[in-house]
Amino acid sequence: MMFPTRLIAIMRKELLQLRRDRISLGLIVGVPVMQLLLFGYAINMDVRNLKAGVADQAGTHLSRQFVADLGQTQVLNFVYAVTTPQELEALLRAGKISVGVHIPPDFDRRALDGNRTAAALLVDGADPTIVGVANQLVNVPIRFDTGPQPVKRARSFEVRSFFNPERRTVVNIVPGLIGVILTLTMMMFTAVAIVREREHGNLELLINTPVSTGQLMIGKVLPYVLIGMVQLALVVTVGRYLFNVPVQGSIVHLYIGAAVFIAANLSLGLFVSTVAKTQFQAMQVTFFVLLPSILLSGFIFPFDGMPRLAQYLGEVLPITHFIRISRGIMLRDASIFELRNEIFMLLGFTVVAMTAAVMRFSRRLD
Amino acid sequence: MNTPGDFAIRARGLTKQFGELVAVNHLDLDVPTGQIYGFLGPNGSGKTTAIRLLCGLLKPSSGSAEVLGLDVPGATNELKPRIGYMTQKFSLYADLTVRENLEFIADIYALPRREKKTRIEELISEYDFHSQHKQLAGTLSGGQKQRLALACAVLHKPELLLLDEPTSAVDPRNRRDFWAQLFELADSGTTILVSTHYMDEAERCHRLAILDHGVKVADGAPVDLQSSTGMWVIEVLARSPRDASEALGALEQVVSVTQLGVRLRVLIPQDHKHPEQLVRECLEHKSIEASIERVPASLEDVFVATTLKPGKQQ
Repeated sequence: MMFPTRLIAIMRKELLQLRRDRISLGLIVGVPVMQLLLFGYAINMDVRNLKAGVADQAGTHLSRQFVADLGQTQVLNFVYAVTTPQELEALLRAGKISVGVHIPPDFDRRALDGNRTAAALLVDGADPTIVGVANQLVNVPIRFDTGPQPVKRARSFEVRSFFNPERRTVVNIVPGLIGVILTLTMMMFTAVAIVREREHGNLELLINTPVSTGQLMIGKVLPYVLIGMVQLALVVTVGRYLFNVPVQGSIVHLYIGAAVFIAANLSLGLFVSTVAKTQFQAMQVTFFVLLPSILLSGFIFPFDGMPRLAQYLGEVLPITHFIRISRGIMLRDASIFELRNEIFMLLGFTVVAMTAAVMRFSRRLD
Repeated sequence: MNTPGDFAIRARGLTKQFGELVAVNHLDLDVPTGQIYGFLGPNGSGKTTAIRLLCGLLKPSSGSAEVLGLDVPGATNELKPRIGYMTQKFSLYADLTVRENLEFIADIYALPRREKKTRIEELISEYDFHSQHKQLAGTLSGGQKQRLALACAVLHKPELLLLDEPTSAVDPRNRRDFWAQLFELADSGTTILVSTHYMDEAERCHRLAILDHGVKVADGAPVDLQSSTGMWVIEVLARSPRDASEALGALEQVVSVTQLGVRLRVLIPQDHKHPEQLVRECLEHKSIEASIERVPASLEDVFVATTLKPGKQQ
């Protein structure tokens, strides 16, 4: 059999070159670990300690108790106490506070009335997240020590949080991050794969040998499947022991899903490599794919909440489907069979991209 | 094997156009089997394009070529295992060692395991890489890189070797060794097509074609080319060669004047009956003292005569 000899030759050469490329080798391990630490510690959707100012014009026992209760939530951190709402506005504009609490002089009377709002929250609306948090503060009750208690309204819902009861952001981040890391490294490695050979002149030699396009392409891709698996293991392990992110479902299913996803990314990278003329162009195209992969895949924003157009764009990114797979398996104990539609989508990507790459690759120079 | 009329390469009207530029223009070529055939021409004369056409890397705009009895570019895939190609630029892997490069090429040509091993050992000793087989190819000198590239190109014992300016980055001593290896290969039956812009290299070829702006302006054995230039070559030894050069260059009949140290080589078409007299009268007229002698044409004269003629005639 002649086929494996050539295929193995390409793979061996690829691994030999990688072994001598210390920086790339470092990136294979460095990128996942760095990103995991960065995202794990830095990104936190549970908003706390917003800088706040208070203008308590009532100055009563009730109002002071109310401000103290607001502080107790730990959502607000009162750093300014002023006397007028105008001063609060000035602080907001200057960016010194994100939330201002204005308590009018007739606070006690308003609170008892029940038909009127007792106090006002001035919010820096430029950041929608802060507005969302402020809306939660509306429910902080005013506690009367003495006198009549206001009628308690029954709440419509009780929220029960499945899968992530402590509402830790990192639990949601890690499965998505696997997708981002694999997209970044896998695409980058293969996007430059063919272009580099062309730039270094190796390709002119290779296309004059009996090696076929398919052998060349597959031989270049296979070593990186292995590397992608190593990265996956790294992220899952660090996530498990450093951030206590569990793998609820089967690790085997996770690996199968990742393998298909890696294949999709590598094929896409190869296709880029056949289009780009220089390594620099290949890099630019990679980043062109990477940014929507982070923003439109459901990694950061809930997919269903995105506008229709953004959802369509998201659907054509392999990572969107992988994040559904990884979150499903890692967080919800789903099996790969329940997620088969996503697997099929990824397989589709792989076939289309690989075919396009093989077709685009010319064994001629003109 | 080397029966007369047995050609490794035959091309008829081979043409390659890149937009407006005609890189190779109606090239007819007959390269006999087992010989070293040279492409001589200045940069941009179409040598590289012609070689790429012949190994199927480029598709001709028109014309046809038959290489080792196979139609090119139609049967390129069948041709590939039978030819060796050495690119102008070093195209092996700089980050692999000498031995790793050889092993890679051996696997790409799918040499059987045992043959691969003996062949690589053979090449390492033949091409003198004993002390360097673990060195990264990128750190080799120009001459060593060239040797490695040749070793890789002949690893699978091709019938035809295409070498694109193989010695452009090599010093004269290494060039001599390189050519000794080429003759050895030719003796063992390999046909070699080599492009060059060095006269001394062209002189070593069994046959050669001179290319200029994509057109083959002359071909034949170097000796035949030298005896059929259609030019007189007059060597002038003058006290002030620069003045003499200026005076002779102004003459209508003179095709070219080349200064070699204190001597001048003057080319005059052979339809002029008394070339020495023409030169002597011209120099006497300017009262430049000189000795004049008619000499046989060198290959450089052939090159100058064939590539410069159209320019002078305009």
